Amino acid sequence: MTLALALEQLLNGLQLGVMLFLMAAGLTLIFGVMGLINLAHGSLYMVGAFACATVAAWTGSFWIGLIASLAAAAAAGAIVELVVIRRLYDRDHLDQVLATFALILMFSEGTRWLFGSFPLYLDIPPLLQGAVALPGGTEYPVYRLAIILAGAIVAFGLYLLISRTRLGMRIRAGESDREMIGALGVDIRTLYTVVFALGAALAGFAGAMVGALQSVQVGMGEPVLILAFVVIVIGGIGSIKGALLGALLVGVTDTMGRFLLPKILALFVAPAQAGMIGGAAASMLIYIVMAVILAVKPRGLFPAAHA
Amino acid sequence: MILTRENLINFILAAMLLAVPFAANALGQPFYSTLATRIAILALAATGLNLALGLGGLVSFGHAAFFGIGGYVAGILAAHAFSGDPLLFGLSGSKQMWVIWIVAVIVSGLVGLAIGAISLRTSGVYFIMITLAFAQMVYYFAISWPAYGGEDGLSILVRNQFPGVNTMRPLTFFLICYVVLLLALSLFALIRASRFGTALQAARQNEVRVATVGIQPYRIRLTGFAISAAVTGLAGALFADLNRFVSPSMLSWHMSGELIVLIILGGTGRLFGPLAGAALYVIFEFALGGLTERWQFFLGLILLVVVLFARGGLLGLLAGKAKHG
Repeated sequence: MTLALALEQLLNGLQLGVMLFLMAAGLTLIFGVMGLINLAHGSLYMVGAFACATVAAWTGSFWIGLIASLAAAAAAGAIVELVVIRRLYDRDHLDQVLATFALILMFSEGTRWLFGSFPLYLDIPPLLQGAVALPGGTEYPVYRLAIILAGAIVAFGLYLLISRTRLGMRIRAGESDREMIGALGVDIRTLYTVVFALGAALAGFAGAMVGALQSVQVGMGEPVLILAFVVIVIGGIGSIKGALLGALLVGVTDTMGRFLLPKILALFVAPAQAGMIGGAAASMLIYIVMAVILAVKPRGLFPAAHA
Repeated sequence: MILTRENLINFILAAMLLAVPFAANALGQPFYSTLATRIAILALAATGLNLALGLGGLVSFGHAAFFGIGGYVAGILAAHAFSGDPLLFGLSGSKQMWVIWIVAVIVSGLVGLAIGAISLRTSGVYFIMITLAFAQMVYYFAISWPAYGGEDGLSILVRNQFPGVNTMRPLTFFLICYVVLLLALSLFALIRASRFGTALQAARQNEVRVATVGIQPYRIRLTGFAISAAVTGLAGALFADLNRFVSPSMLSWHMSGELIVLIILGGTGRLFGPLAGAALYVIFEFALGGLTERWQFFLGLILLVVVLFARGGLLGLLAGKAKHG
């Protein structure tokens, strides 16, 4: 029984990790290519979730909503890049932090303006409702498995895009030498907009997928954003491979920590106290993991060569 | 002190802040005293951050941790003094502000030392994100630790005391905060002019050269970061007493962002930048909040315009470019 429970938690951890990867991939790509730290990435996640919930409520189809979330987040990303972000590439990180912090305020309040303060709800599509039996007798929701699968497909697609296509080649070239690919005649400004929109679309996709598990509300992107920061710091900023491993590590550590720490502590102290201490310790666990990794490798597990 | 344009503006700013609560008192509008106290405390917190950010170039996105820790020190000591339960090792709580301040400075300074020791191994974006992550760690700890209110926060039933005065009077409490702010600004000026401050600024401008003349940038920065944390922690203790309430929101990353915003609005690396920024911010918040429910949207817009087009902040606008970059 406990083993089945542990398996269930492990899957939950994987699901969290996969979602974190979608966020972290965009962040790390944007940093790797443009050298920009984007706090407003969580807002794009929120835009994706709101677009999906609204369009799904309109049309009655989750799938159309999902496509709308990709389109809305990519469009929001492209607009933000053209109007604001473009002016920040040659500024220092402090200016980037502040400008994107200002964008968060505007996105959050703007969304509240349009949609009100009440959370929206997004139903799981009929195709993915229900549960499958896990070995050990427990059941696991199909939708969560679908998220893991979708995340894995997107991760593989991203790998193909970056390593096999012309756009990917330009992205990689942009990471290693910005001036040179500009000199070789690649329209670097368009490339930046495309990369930013791509990162935004990934965030929006993650937001829409998670939106069906939780409620869709203002501020939903912020906890995820900070976890995604932890992920890319652990993985090495600018490295997609690092983002993938970091995301899985953070997702599984966080979920298993919350599940196991109170149980382990219960062997030593009274159950009520074990729950309290274990819960508090588990909420800090990933940050402790991050601190340990950075104490050993200050540039993360897979430092990008030119970041 | 030479009478430059900046010094004159600084003096006017300090005098105006002092005048507000007296005028409010005379007009029977104590609310404005509270507003001025808020400005003084936020300016104090940002002055702490300015030591790390302005002098040392260390963009800490986690100073809310120290602000909140200072607040929780005040809340926890007061709660123990109220209930009579011993705190640690048989020591009891305290309702005396000066005891609370000392403990807040020591605790937040030590936490700053620990966070800084790990974070300062990195630089640039890594440093920004790590300080943010550590602050989140403290935030989640405060939320999930139920002994002191957890998510609901902790009330301070009666404002803590200061010998010889009645701290419940808004004007008196303002004056206490104002004096502490002036002391912190003096400390900032002293540090900036000292050998240590010179080394800290030099480490920002050119790390390699500092190392070449035999100074370890890491140690200098760590010291600066810890002092910075301690000053922000002191502000947190006062903030808790102002609101008579501490909650995890003092530790949230929005708070860290706000502290940076205060410095940028006022003018980075300037002595009175935090005060100018805090005044501007609180006035914006108050004025916009009176006009529209959606004031945060417009605050974001104003902030965006300042970052994109008006670098140098309010003091940069009034007193010309800063002497150093």
